[in-house]
Amino acid sequence: MSTSEIFPAFVNRKSFIELDGRARAQSLFDEGTAKELVGPFDRVESPWLAIQGVTPQADDGCIVIKGKIGGLSAVVVSLEGAFQGGSIGEVSGAKMTAALDLATKDSEAGKKTAAVLLLETGGVRLQEANLGLAAIAEVISSILALRQHAPVITVVAGTVGCFGGMSLAAGVSSYVVMTKEARLGLNGPEVIEQESGIDEFDASDRALIWAIHGGEQRVGMGEADALVEDDADKIASAIRGYVQAGPPSEHRSEQVKLYRDRIAALDTSKQIDPISLRQKWNGNDTTGGAR
Amino acid sequence: MEQIEFDYPAAKRRITKKAYVGVVGSGDMEVLMEPAGGDGAHVSITTSVNGFQDSWKAVFDRFFSKFDGAVKIQINDAGATPGSVLLRLEQAVEVIEQ
Repeated sequence: MSTSEIFPAFVNRKSFIELDGRARAQSLFDEGTAKELVGPFDRVESPWLAIQGVTPQADDGCIVIKGKIGGLSAVVVSLEGAFQGGSIGEVSGAKMTAALDLATKDSEAGKKTAAVLLLETGGVRLQEANLGLAAIAEVISSILALRQHAPVITVVAGTVGCFGGMSLAAGVSSYVVMTKEARLGLNGPEVIEQESGIDEFDASDRALIWAIHGGEQRVGMGEADALVEDDADKIASAIRGYVQAGPPSEHRSEQVKLYRDRIAALDTSKQIDPISLRQKWNGNDTTGGAR
Repeated sequence: MEQIEFDYPAAKRRITKKAYVGVVGSGDMEVLMEPAGGDGAHVSITTSVNGFQDSWKAVFDRFFSKFDGAVKIQINDAGATPGSVLLRLEQAVEVIEQ
């Protein structure tokens, strides 16, 4: 009996979720093309954390790597979910914005450069409050500038998920790739429970959380584009496909009327369950919505 | 938060590579290891847990009893245990000796 017969494919696969932020970014590039910009030895770290008694990280939890994906120029910005929950501060936000702006500049000069955002983040870093909020506004405006020229691909792999202000960045991306383990939402479960009560949302109910924020439901409703297994090769291949496809003819966030009509058509007098929501939302199609 | 510094002047072997390992996550730390300019090794630690200077000293005395590279080590720590500290240091050494 060969090992492939004894061990099923999911045991032999190389997990993407188990990689740290830097290894995730590196795993996406064509071999030998990756080059890190403003790395940890440049020591551009948050000036605000130390004065509040929090140990900073030398790269501020934001990894920027440039190189080629499927032979095309691309930059990957990866948030390290293990450092301060992948939160966006002044430095990490500035790194992300600068990377997107340089990609726009290159694209405008004729060298199309796609951006891939690996988002494992709870949103704004509370210790850097207003600077984090400003950073998110800048990131979003930089995505809007770049996506006219080259695709901006967001990947939410898990296990932190993507919440708060950075979920807006995911929302304006050209494409969103998720795994079944990943969650995407503006307000996280604890925030909803805290603000609206346990009757509205029970943050300890994991099945409920994944039925609403989980990758399967997000892709099922057409709010994300691809549901990929937690496998580094499969995720890299999905990203390569989107880099090569270029930006979509119309971005999801431009389809304001489509989504307003869908919301207006929902009957909210009764509790809607996730599966029937997918059907009503997409007109009985549970495989994913029209873009 | 606390800053701790150590010097190990006996570690003089020339090192050419840099290593970056770890993450400043709960119970973990990051290590930046790079060639030192002058004589000997220098260690600089920023830790979120106060009052463990003696434990850090014991870990580094042990580390430099085996390792003799002239390196500059910077550590950002979020409460790594002495065992994890040694493992992260060994991991960094593995990278620079490759």
